[in-house]
Amino acid sequence: MLTLDGVEIEQGDFRLTADWSVGAGERVAIIGPSGAGKSTLLMAVAGFVALTAGRVLWQGGDLAGVEPGQRPLSVLFQDQNLFPHLTLAQNLGLGIDPDLRLDTGQKARVAAALARVGLEGMGARRPGQLSGGQQGRAALARALLRARPVLLLDEPFAALGPALKAEMLDLVAEVASESGAAVLMVTHDPADARRFAVRVVLVAEGVAQAPVPTAELFANPPEALRRYLG
Amino acid sequence: MADRLGKISAVLVALILAALTLGSAAVTASRATSWSLTPADWAALRFTLVQAALSAGISALLAVPVARALARRRFRGREAVIRLMAAPFLLPTVVAVLGLLAVFGRAGPVNQALTWLNLPGFSIYGLHGVVLAHVFLNLPLTVRFVLQGWFAVPAERFRLAQSLGMGPAAQFRHLELPMLRSVLPGAAAVVFLLCLTSFAVALTLGGGPKASTLELAIYQALRFDFDLGRAALLAALQFALCGAVVLATLRVTQPTGFGAGLGREVPVFAPGGWRLWADGIAVLLTVGFLAAPLLAVALAGLSGMGSLPSGLWAAAGRSLMVAVISALLSAMAALVLVLAVLRGARWLEAAAMLPLAASGLVMGTGLFLIIHPLLPPERLALPVTVLVNAVLALPFLYRALLPEALAMQADYGRLAESLNLRGFGRLRWLVLPRLARPLGFGTGLAAALSMGDLGVIALFAGDRAVTLPLLIQRLTGAYRMEAAASASLLLLLLSFALFWAFDRMGGRHADA
Repeated sequence: MLTLDGVEIEQGDFRLTADWSVGAGERVAIIGPSGAGKSTLLMAVAGFVALTAGRVLWQGGDLAGVEPGQRPLSVLFQDQNLFPHLTLAQNLGLGIDPDLRLDTGQKARVAAALARVGLEGMGARRPGQLSGGQQGRAALARALLRARPVLLLDEPFAALGPALKAEMLDLVAEVASESGAAVLMVTHDPADARRFAVRVVLVAEGVAQAPVPTAELFANPPEALRRYLG
Repeated sequence: MADRLGKISAVLVALILAALTLGSAAVTASRATSWSLTPADWAALRFTLVQAALSAGISALLAVPVARALARRRFRGREAVIRLMAAPFLLPTVVAVLGLLAVFGRAGPVNQALTWLNLPGFSIYGLHGVVLAHVFLNLPLTVRFVLQGWFAVPAERFRLAQSLGMGPAAQFRHLELPMLRSVLPGAAAVVFLLCLTSFAVALTLGGGPKASTLELAIYQALRFDFDLGRAALLAALQFALCGAVVLATLRVTQPTGFGAGLGREVPVFAPGGWRLWADGIAVLLTVGFLAAPLLAVALAGLSGMGSLPSGLWAAAGRSLMVAVISALLSAMAALVLVLAVLRGARWLEAAAMLPLAASGLVMGTGLFLIIHPLLPPERLALPVTVLVNAVLALPFLYRALLPEALAMQADYGRLAESLNLRGFGRLRWLVLPRLARPLGFGTGLAAALSMGDLGVIALFAGDRAVTLPLLIQRLTGAYRMEAAASASLLLLLLSFALFWAFDRMGGRHADA
């Protein structure tokens, strides 16, 4: 279980609090107006943004002082999820060993992960030779290899068209349920939340509210959400 | 573990830099036997300042019409002209001087034409010659600075000005003059600084009590008068002067990456009529001025191939070795510093800029004073040259690496951290591939600078450890012009080849 225990983040005028938990294997969307702090919250969980107060806990253990790369999570950023100078196989291999010293078994796992996301046989290509959707798939395949119990998505598919985005979200859902990973996904699109998430965190007016079941939230939206949906 | 290693080596590099620059200055200051300057010292100080100011001012003035012509005209060979602008920076100073002597010297075509027209001849020795050579060496650099300023003005501005009915004069006042006012002082300051530490030009074209720079005076005090106290005093004075100018320069210049983003397509308004002619003449004159000395050296060198001087190949081998080792050392040191600065050690930036204040002769004098009591300095001529050249090239390499390194950090820093990519893995899979291009370019630049350097080697070398530039200088001094020209051609080819090889190596590893 991932717990945000009395978390406070302050950056100049900006202030955000959060105090809730997400269970193993749960899929949660984080929505809210732009500038409310959705990405900041995610980056705080990932260890890139320092907390002003409170703790982030995984299975009861405090993550304070744990380097981003050592945390039990994988991140898909908004962009730049792949190194353009490395091949897909190398990019994925970094998910297994940051020094890229892979034995044959590990290389086979890389090939299998590529096949799993529909990029079979493309290991020798560079990211620049792929479409945006294929790049997203490759990044997801690397998260699959890293096999961390939490997956953080910071709108990585925002630049894709609606059909392709829906396809990617379904793929994420499949991959996450296979590995039993919890997913926290930032989005500004309520349709993404409806399609993908079991529960939704609303970030508005300095508070990341505790997750609420998706159907319930949209059936009876609170004032802040009504203003955001317009 | 590897991160700590990186931090320790960065601090070590900073300490070595401080020891060689500040340390040399301190050693020289402590060895100065008297603090009173003789009239000759004052003359050297005055000449140093006057020639640097004239060189900077003339380069800046001439750069404006040339850069404007290159910015607003499109013609065949424009790219080649812009590329030619990079050449003199790589050109060994002794070769440039030899080319200028061939064109502007007593028997050169310029003086022949003047005689033919019954006009008084022109002497390339003394103040004019020194300024001429400095303008030749620095005009292209200034043009590139100003050209970047022109490209930085968005084309839409010019379109807007035209739609408001502004003529060329009004556009100059409202668009180009403000840009020049922000770009030119920085460009002139850089040229001024480079000319303050000019040694080889003053050695060959200046000299005598009336045309001696501080660098040259240090050399003469040490080599000819063996007056260690006076050399020390002059070196301390030179360091103080350069340090003050560096501090002033840092206030007026923005950090600029060399060689980035030139020659790209910006559709600009180009007036016709006499302005078209003026632009054409500006470009033609500049190309002639830059290319003629190069051609003269090449031609003289080719015709002198029959009489290759003895010791040429050994000198070339020594120069290559010095250039490659010092360039690699400098590249490693610059990379270590840049990576440490990225990790937040901002104070190391100052260490990377220190060498700008210490000239080759100041560091050379400091090292000479330390080594001299222990063993004969000429025994260490080559290692000292390697070290000093590496230090002198470091600021250029640092400036070449920093923008790309910052971009790498901004684009991939978090991704690398989230994948736990650190230490040697990070170096191997992220840093070296991403920085290969500026690393290759900067190392090439450092190798070419070191290859052509005539500074500290002149201070230390005896009869044995002669490098190629020193050989050329000695041949020129003995009026063996044919032999000097063929050696110059070889030096020119080797310098450009070294730059090209490193630059290409970097480009090939960066094919992303």
